[in-house]
Amino acid sequence: MSPKSETKKYELRLYIAGKTAKSVTALTNLKKYCEEHLQGEYKIEVIDLLIQPQLAEGDQIFAIPTLVRKVPEPIRKIIGDLSNEEKVLVGLNIRPA
Amino acid sequence: MLIAFICFDIKNWNDNYLLDITLVIKAYYNMSKSQKKVSSQHHYPLLSKTPTGISGLDEITGGGIPLGRPTLVCGDAGCGKTLMSIEFIVRGATEYNEPGVFMAFEEKANELAMNVASLGFDLDKLQAEKKLKIDHVHIDRTEIEETGEYDLDGLFIRLNYAIDSIGAKRVVLDTLENLFSGLSNQAVLRAELRRLFHWLKEKGVTAIITGERGEGKLTRQGLEEYVSDCVILLDHRVINQISTRRLRIVKYRGSVHGTNEYPFLIDDDGISVFPVTSLKLEKPVSSERISSGIPSLDKMLDGRGFFKGSSVLVSGTAGTGKTSIAAYFANETCSQNKRCIYFAFEESPRQIIRNMHSINVDLQQYVDKGLLKFFASRPTLYGLEMHLVAMYKTIKEFKPAAVVLDPITNLITVGSVSEVKAMLIRLIDFLQEEQITVMFTALTLNTIISDQTDEGVSSLVDAWLLVRDIEYNGERNRGMYIMKSRGMKHSNQVREFVITDKGLDLVDVYLGPDGVLTGSAREAQILQEQTGEVLRDYAVTRKDREIIRKRKVLEAKISSLQTEFESVEEELNKTYQEEELIKQVSDKTRSEITQRRRGTNEVGTINIKRKKK
Repeated sequence: MSPKSETKKYELRLYIAGKTAKSVTALTNLKKYCEEHLQGEYKIEVIDLLIQPQLAEGDQIFAIPTLVRKVPEPIRKIIGDLSNEEKVLVGLNIRPA
Repeated sequence: MLIAFICFDIKNWNDNYLLDITLVIKAYYNMSKSQKKVSSQHHYPLLSKTPTGISGLDEITGGGIPLGRPTLVCGDAGCGKTLMSIEFIVRGATEYNEPGVFMAFEEKANELAMNVASLGFDLDKLQAEKKLKIDHVHIDRTEIEETGEYDLDGLFIRLNYAIDSIGAKRVVLDTLENLFSGLSNQAVLRAELRRLFHWLKEKGVTAIITGERGEGKLTRQGLEEYVSDCVILLDHRVINQISTRRLRIVKYRGSVHGTNEYPFLIDDDGISVFPVTSLKLEKPVSSERISSGIPSLDKMLDGRGFFKGSSVLVSGTAGTGKTSIAAYFANETCSQNKRCIYFAFEESPRQIIRNMHSINVDLQQYVDKGLLKFFASRPTLYGLEMHLVAMYKTIKEFKPAAVVLDPITNLITVGSVSEVKAMLIRLIDFLQEEQITVMFTALTLNTIISDQTDEGVSSLVDAWLLVRDIEYNGERNRGMYIMKSRGMKHSNQVREFVITDKGLDLVDVYLGPDGVLTGSAREAQILQEQTGEVLRDYAVTRKDREIIRKRKVLEAKISSLQTEFESVEEELNKTYQEEELIKQVSDKTRSEITQRRRGTNEVGTINIKRKKK
């Protein structure tokens, strides 16, 4: 059971650069949507590029904040503070467009 | 001050209907920092520059692009923006020990490495040596969704990380405008770009930003608004199906720079820009002379040939032997152990070598020795400027003492007369600078020989030889004369130019009542004159004999008269002696009688007696 808990249906990664207003908003929004729609099926990893700048290249990050859906494939990216719930859900393929 | 500044910025950005106070403060902070930096540099009267290492570009920019500032390189697709920027990075890393970051928005790192491998740039090796870092920024609109506000801090962080990881001094962003196609929020992008350029300045890196050319603007997204220090425009024009790359420095704040359009070439060594050499007419001159290879032609040129470093034009109609003269000149140069380049626009090198064998010129031996270099290309291979750049490069490399261009008239197929002239002016200028003697051949298309200038270069050349057809008496011959030769005494005579198995020679033509006699007419004239000479000789000998005979007759007469005279003389002498004798005797007798009459003059008697004894 423990490996299953590691590999969730949704693996999300949020890239931020310091605790800016946008980053905080984005994280708050993301948590809210996930709780509402993907309860128990998601994992959020927050990467602060100010601390780990070398990680930016790997996921092709250029805008902050960026949400990357690593799993399920294909990789999807949503940039911005995630204020538009509709767009985020469509973007993450949680809700069909 | 801060408030005023923000207000100013707000006003500016109001158009964008977006305001992010943090951005403004950040921008202000960066601006004030860079301003401080600028003001601290006020002590330096001159703008510091970074050499790009691209041959020719540093010359026209007077030392390179602005140090620590961004430079915009813009142009249409395929004009060499990426190549120029990557050469800037590679040269920096290899020649100036300045590591560089190449941020590619278009191509992947391995694609880039493959593309420039043909130029001898080993990007992988440079990356391994930590002299270069390529960061490919992949932007795919299909996998990106935008919701709400964002900024490009990610890009800044990546760039910063890349710069810091190798201590980069140079940065290239190729092509930044791809951001615009990947992201829809233009307002954010523009604000972020402005911030990016300030950030780059603050970071103190010398940056090149490339941009696609837009309609009526230098770049599609108006990047020139942000990069205001130095803008280089690349152009790739096709005229008459022949393309030429050109470069122009649109703007260079705080520095003098060449303003013309300069052609540039992309070849195995990367980019070379060909700056127009000085048009100031301040070239060194030499009074040293070099032979044309034809002794009789040298004789016409004050006996010593052309000046070193001068330009010689040989013009004439088809088949008058222009190439032969040029080959002779090349042959002569090489025989003195000097180098020569033969630019052939009509014939292949082998063809020229074979053909010149027929007039006893062996060019192959000099090719083998490495003294003679053929550079054959069809004029239509590339544009005039490219030809010029290619010639310039070849000459720079080979360092010849003499250059032959055969024929310049073929270049007209790739450009207009004025363009060819402009190109030749630059070539002559460059060659004179280098003290290289050049011989052009030009085909006169007019069958009527006029003194029209060939490609208008005659005013530029120092010596002009004209080879012309002389059609007379059912045959065609060649006549040559010197139209002009600056700075030396030269013959004004038309000479017949003969091409034989032995080689080239000039012979005097006959100027008769029917005009100039050449070829067999000249031979006939020679024969006629020889006959006349024989006849005259004969007449002369006959007269001589007559004189001898006359003399003999006269001499005989003289001797008989002389004998006659002798006999008369003898006769006369005889009478004279007799008279003398008589006189003596009578005198004696008289004195004796006188003595006797006086009686006793002993002495006299004795004397007489003694005398008698």
